[in-house]
Amino acid sequence: MVKEEQEESPNRPDNTAFTQQRLPAWQPILSASIVIPMFVLIGAAFIGVGVALFIASRDIQLQELDYTGDDSAHPCYKCRSSTEKCTCSMTFSIPNLFKGPVFFYYGLTNYFQNQRKYGASKDDNQLYGDLDYFKDPSSSCDPYTLDSRNIPIVPCGALANSMFNDTFSLSHVVNGTQKIVPLNGKGIAWWTDYNVKFRNPSVTPLINAFNGTKKPTNWPKPAYELDTTDVYNNGFINQDFLVWMRRAALPDFRKLYRRITHDDYVNGLPAGNYTLTIEYNYPVYSFNGRKKVVLSNVSWMGGKNDFLGIAYIVVGSMCVVMSIVMLIVYAKFKFAEDD
Amino acid sequence: MTWRSPLALVRDALQGQRARERELRSLVSNLLYEGLEKAKQPNRFFLSNAIKTTKYSLLLFLPMNLYEQFHRFANLYFVGIAILNFIPVVNAFQPEVALIPICVILLLTALKDGWEDFRRYQSDRKVNNTPCFIYSRYKQYVERRWKDVRVGDFVRVVSNEIVPADLLLLYSSNPNGVCHIETANLDGETNLKQRTVVSGLWAANLGFEPESFNSVVVCERPNNNLNHFKCFVEKPDKDKVGASIESLLLRGCTVRNTNHAVGFVVYAGHETKSMLNSNGSRYKRSKLERKLNADVFFCLLLLFTMCLIGAFGHYLWLESLPGVPSFLVPDSNGHLDVPSLESFYMFITMIILLQILIPISLYVSVELVKVGQIFFITNDIDLYDEETDSRIQCRALNITEDLGQIEYIFSDKTGTLTENKMVFRRCSVMGTEYPHKENAIRLDVMDEPESEEEVIFNQHQQLPRTRWSLESEGISPADTQQHGRRRKSKVAANAHSDVAFSSPLETEVIPDQKLLQQISRAESSGGRRDGNRNFDPHLDFFLALAICNTVVVSMENAHRQRVTGAFFQRNKWNRTRSEDPVIDSAKTENEADTNELQTCSLHPPSQNGSTIAEAEELCYEAESPDEAALVYAARAYGFILLARTPDSVTVRLPSGEDLVFEVLDTLTFDSNRKRMSVLVRHPVTKDYVLYTKGADYSIMELLGTPYAENVSGIEKNIAADTQYHLDCYAKDGLRTLCITKKVVSESTYQSWLGERKRAQAAMECREELIMRTAVQLETNLTLLGATGIEDRLQENVPDSIVALREAGIHVWVLTGDKPETAVNIGYACRLLEEEDLVINMSCKNKVTCTSNLDCTLEEVRRYGDDLRNIGTTQNISLVIDGNTLDIAMSPDLQQRFIELTKHCRSVLCCRVTPLQKSAVVKLVRDKLKVMTLAVGDGANDVNMIQAADIGIGISGQEGMQAVMASDFAISRFKHLKKLILVHGHWCYTRLANMIIYFFYKNVAYVNLLFWYQFFCGFTATTMFDYWQMIFFNLFFTSTPPIMFGIFDKDVSVEVLQGVPELYRTGQRKGEYNFLTFWISILDAFYQSLVCFFIPYLAYQDSDVDLFTFGMPLNTAALFAILLHLAIEIKSWTLVHWAIMLGSVALYFVVTLAYTAGCVTCNPPSNPYWILQSQMADPIFYLIVTLCTVVALLPRYSPPLCICRQLDRMDPSTRDQWIKEWRGFRGGAPAKRYELPDPPSPTLETPVDFFPDFLPDSDFMGDDLSLNVIAESRQRAVHT
Repeated sequence: MVKEEQEESPNRPDNTAFTQQRLPAWQPILSASIVIPMFVLIGAAFIGVGVALFIASRDIQLQELDYTGDDSAHPCYKCRSSTEKCTCSMTFSIPNLFKGPVFFYYGLTNYFQNQRKYGASKDDNQLYGDLDYFKDPSSSCDPYTLDSRNIPIVPCGALANSMFNDTFSLSHVVNGTQKIVPLNGKGIAWWTDYNVKFRNPSVTPLINAFNGTKKPTNWPKPAYELDTTDVYNNGFINQDFLVWMRRAALPDFRKLYRRITHDDYVNGLPAGNYTLTIEYNYPVYSFNGRKKVVLSNVSWMGGKNDFLGIAYIVVGSMCVVMSIVMLIVYAKFKFAEDD
Repeated sequence: MTWRSPLALVRDALQGQRARERELRSLVSNLLYEGLEKAKQPNRFFLSNAIKTTKYSLLLFLPMNLYEQFHRFANLYFVGIAILNFIPVVNAFQPEVALIPICVILLLTALKDGWEDFRRYQSDRKVNNTPCFIYSRYKQYVERRWKDVRVGDFVRVVSNEIVPADLLLLYSSNPNGVCHIETANLDGETNLKQRTVVSGLWAANLGFEPESFNSVVVCERPNNNLNHFKCFVEKPDKDKVGASIESLLLRGCTVRNTNHAVGFVVYAGHETKSMLNSNGSRYKRSKLERKLNADVFFCLLLLFTMCLIGAFGHYLWLESLPGVPSFLVPDSNGHLDVPSLESFYMFITMIILLQILIPISLYVSVELVKVGQIFFITNDIDLYDEETDSRIQCRALNITEDLGQIEYIFSDKTGTLTENKMVFRRCSVMGTEYPHKENAIRLDVMDEPESEEEVIFNQHQQLPRTRWSLESEGISPADTQQHGRRRKSKVAANAHSDVAFSSPLETEVIPDQKLLQQISRAESSGGRRDGNRNFDPHLDFFLALAICNTVVVSMENAHRQRVTGAFFQRNKWNRTRSEDPVIDSAKTENEADTNELQTCSLHPPSQNGSTIAEAEELCYEAESPDEAALVYAARAYGFILLARTPDSVTVRLPSGEDLVFEVLDTLTFDSNRKRMSVLVRHPVTKDYVLYTKGADYSIMELLGTPYAENVSGIEKNIAADTQYHLDCYAKDGLRTLCITKKVVSESTYQSWLGERKRAQAAMECREELIMRTAVQLETNLTLLGATGIEDRLQENVPDSIVALREAGIHVWVLTGDKPETAVNIGYACRLLEEEDLVINMSCKNKVTCTSNLDCTLEEVRRYGDDLRNIGTTQNISLVIDGNTLDIAMSPDLQQRFIELTKHCRSVLCCRVTPLQKSAVVKLVRDKLKVMTLAVGDGANDVNMIQAADIGIGISGQEGMQAVMASDFAISRFKHLKKLILVHGHWCYTRLANMIIYFFYKNVAYVNLLFWYQFFCGFTATTMFDYWQMIFFNLFFTSTPPIMFGIFDKDVSVEVLQGVPELYRTGQRKGEYNFLTFWISILDAFYQSLVCFFIPYLAYQDSDVDLFTFGMPLNTAALFAILLHLAIEIKSWTLVHWAIMLGSVALYFVVTLAYTAGCVTCNPPSNPYWILQSQMADPIFYLIVTLCTVVALLPRYSPPLCICRQLDRMDPSTRDQWIKEWRGFRGGAPAKRYELPDPPSPTLETPVDFFPDFLPDSDFMGDDLSLNVIAESRQRAVHT
């Protein structure tokens, strides 16, 4: 009996803060004295960031050259419907020093690299250098898996097959003579793509790995001959190929072609006239697309984009305005309470 | 194992089937066939005693569980979509990956089901292996397991042992052939019940010999009725002996006070009555869930619209292409489909892509949340009752949120509002009233300390010891010192007081001095003169009180004990050692235990010491509290019920003489007759005397002719006086009973006996025939007197009712009492208020009822429109009796009746039958489309409890039938207040908000994908990796809403209880309605637009790639979705912080690990190093911040929630504030909760929560032509 007196009944619920739902709790109260300063603070911070972004974006120089050639006056007009190898050149001038490093992009519009079936049309294992998949590429590449004679295509799939194949060269007109601006094709792809995701089979010479395979139908050259000057820029780890294989998120996109980092152009492109020579191969007529070349330098925030800076400034100002409105309402409310 | 042909097996199975289906079963003893193979056993077709309550078997678990799960539509939907993914032309993801979410959901549910089933398996095994004793031809009784018991066996049960199967009682160690059982395991009734041996089977001189049992037991097919059993035993000489439930020991009962008993197994295992009665937990679909399903359907529509847009967009996109660009991939044959076919495929692909618009984990989450909510409800210490040591039980697991939407409460009165502890208050004998003033004072004294629990306990404890007298009103200081100790022992003490209705409050009655004198005068004046046929009516009155009942007498020292584990063990040991009566061990056990609650009586002065001691040992075990109260009252006057056997009653008279009455028959109570009678043979006069007691209206019309005649005889006066007293009692809120007597002549008795026997042996409509014979005998009664028994209100009942009404809940009380009693209790529990306009509807026929109803309705409308009443009050209450209710509920009047009740603040229905109770509930529920709750404690409330949306059972004095039928079981009415106002509100708001949030979350996330379709030619591309999409819903954002649904507290307990008006939010409009649902969907659209287009504009014209673009979208969505919840969360505890921060951390850790580890693991998407590279880019952070802020900015337009500020205040200012709030009602703040329909009268009512604020308005206008009960209640409202 004594024992029972001291013991709590086992049926009795535990009287703890947790079971009784009495855990110490913080209840955020959105009272004016908290909300108004908070809004002011957020507003100020946003405006600050916005201004910084805006200035950074404004300082970026941008040179766009559309070379689609749908206008009969355009130098590339002749190449538009030509089926043979065709070259055209455009001239442009840079008024001030184009600060370096300058990034050389090509751009496509209305090109849906983000199409689902298109994106799936590749064989990751093949691109990882697995020879088994050279012989027998994944069916995800269909219908770009085998050619008409049932020889496997490497690299297979629509994505690789449709690789962009215009080439560009840039020359600086110095005292009437064309001086070639050296374009640096190294390091334009993601480091991880070049070193991890894409691999060539460990077969030397590389060409042996491709025995019994065919190049993609649209390609002028097989994968192992993409860059004849650099052994390490061939096969699947060719930088242009890597850039192409990283699918753009939006139908209007640009992709890095080269960087201008050498010789006299380390600090940028000096003011003056330039000639862009285009080897025009890639057809854009079938999707109403446009092609362009973009020269741009970058800041800490990437390429030129005014949106983010403006958005930050607008949102910041809205916060400040709202806090002022609230202050007025609050003051009125306060007075009413005093009465 | 002998080989048997399959044909024989099939034939056997069919035979068995037929044997089980037959209306009547013939069973013979197994002993003659002992040791024979199974095929020769006569009872082999009947189920064995092994039970199996598991749903699944080990082998078939998977298919069966899957089959069960696919009954849920959502699961089918998701599996269907996953299967669609296997069709190459329409697939959106890799098929295997698409199966993951649904598999996880199915697996989780299967694990839960499996675990539950395993628990059931374990408990089955434990039960099946419980030992018991079966008679064997060779070794007498051998110990076997429960599962070995078969139909036709002889099983011996000893005291305190649980009966293993339904046994036909053939032998009892009790010389009278009685076996006492306790059915607490079955229906919770703790009083002992008597079961009697089937008589006439054994020759008197021979002992009980199972081997010689060669009769055939013929019994009915198993059914679940615990109170009826039809059976006869056919002896070899074709003589039939009938047996009924009186001879059946039910499985699960405990044998008490009987050394041992032997029974013949008639039903075993799943065919036993208790097993047929147990039917798992109830499944109800809550209102919220019904609405939820409707909204899931809306989401489906939305999904289809979006898919149609996608398909149409794809068509336009394809059409707009001038040629065949290199990014358009033909099928494997190099062939492109026409745009219309492509867009049809795209439609299906879009469904797959956007499927998570229908929240896949919603159903599982809702179940989890409900489990959590139920955990907190059952663990609430405020809903724990110390007295009975019981918590609230949640029997229905999925309607917690319905508690927050109750609009109508239907309550029983007796045992629900009142204690159901009957206290004898006063009586009227032969037309003379005996007010029992001292007794009233005693009760008042016991009333006072009720405010303080401690003191009342002290009183209870103290009373028996001090032999309560009028002088000891004050509590001596010495007592108070002992409070601490007593308080501690309170729980223990109560756990031991198994005897029903035997608290000191009920057992002690102080006799009225005048009546005592009257009795002693009667005694001395030759009441005992031999052969005097006119036994003094006063003596007769008390004899009737003592005899006319079914109270079982047990001695205190033989008092039973609860079977505890250790005790059970000891019994077994005893048994195996010897055949000693086990009762000895029970005795020693009891002696060791000091009896905490000794029942004792105040003895009349004429008694001597020895009888006191003896009488004090007596324990009365009654089925109804009224009976106990009357027996205790009789005892107080010296008429002590000493013993009761099936055919005799022993009563000690005040003179000390013991009279043994031969009981010829007991006409048991039923709700049609509303009375019971006992037919005895008087030992002195040798008369056949019928004592009847019952409800006044059922008795008064049966009185003998002298009462009916139009002459002014003395009997007529007695009847009139008694009726007057009865009315007075009723007005005081007492329960009334009339006591009558009838002397039956020898010849009448003999002829009646024949009929009675025929009725009892009848197999068909036995009950009806028996009732008819009872009615036959109960005529021409002689009125002896009437008793008034008080049933006290439970503590805090008025407070709870006031709070519930202020919460906008209409409270109806349905009672079987007389209108006067009911109205009185209505005032006491503040269902009716002094200033109320009380409409009393009582009419005899339909015509008057119709006109009455019409004109009342008109008055009520006019009253409501009356300018004088606008802004003051509209407290109309309706009192209606059962007869009128029947008429008012007839199909052509019910509309008007409902209209009238809508105007009434409270409704009191008197003299209603159980069936009417449920009819009222159904009517209100169906006509007004409101959420109803019924609360009751007795078997008569079961219908009502089952008819309402939520049934609440009060586990009180009347057994467990109401609890068994209920969804929630509480122990006190006051718990209802917190259960509804606090837990109901919380459960509802939590779940409603969580569901809305779930919809929002999925729509917001899925829409990101949808917006992207506009930029990828509607080709169902995802910019997220698919694994991340799965993780997003499965891990990153799944726990916070569940936590929100379990833990969030929008308003604190104190405020919810202090301002019941807050409850109104949930009632009709609530948090979860059409508007809030669509607002949240719109908000989701807005947020997804923000989260998509800000990154879109920021990355426009750049070289961003697909998954790099998706990563800030995903991250921004995560933050927006989690912070959205953070705004919704009203109070942050440690759990909240941990889960919210944990979710964010989990997102980054898992995503970083995944993007670092997966190089070619998930083609075609290839998220390698995406997050790492993004996290190195400041733009990523800027975009995520901007998205989150802009998405949530509209949510921060500062809502000044008064109640949340209220919580911040310290308690004193908060109370002050609540007071002010209440003072302001009708002012601006209260308007927020105003409901246009139905008009809520309490809203503008001056407040009565704080008595100081009570207005002295006495507006009950005389000009009102209504039938107003203008009762001015003088009695102070106690408790």
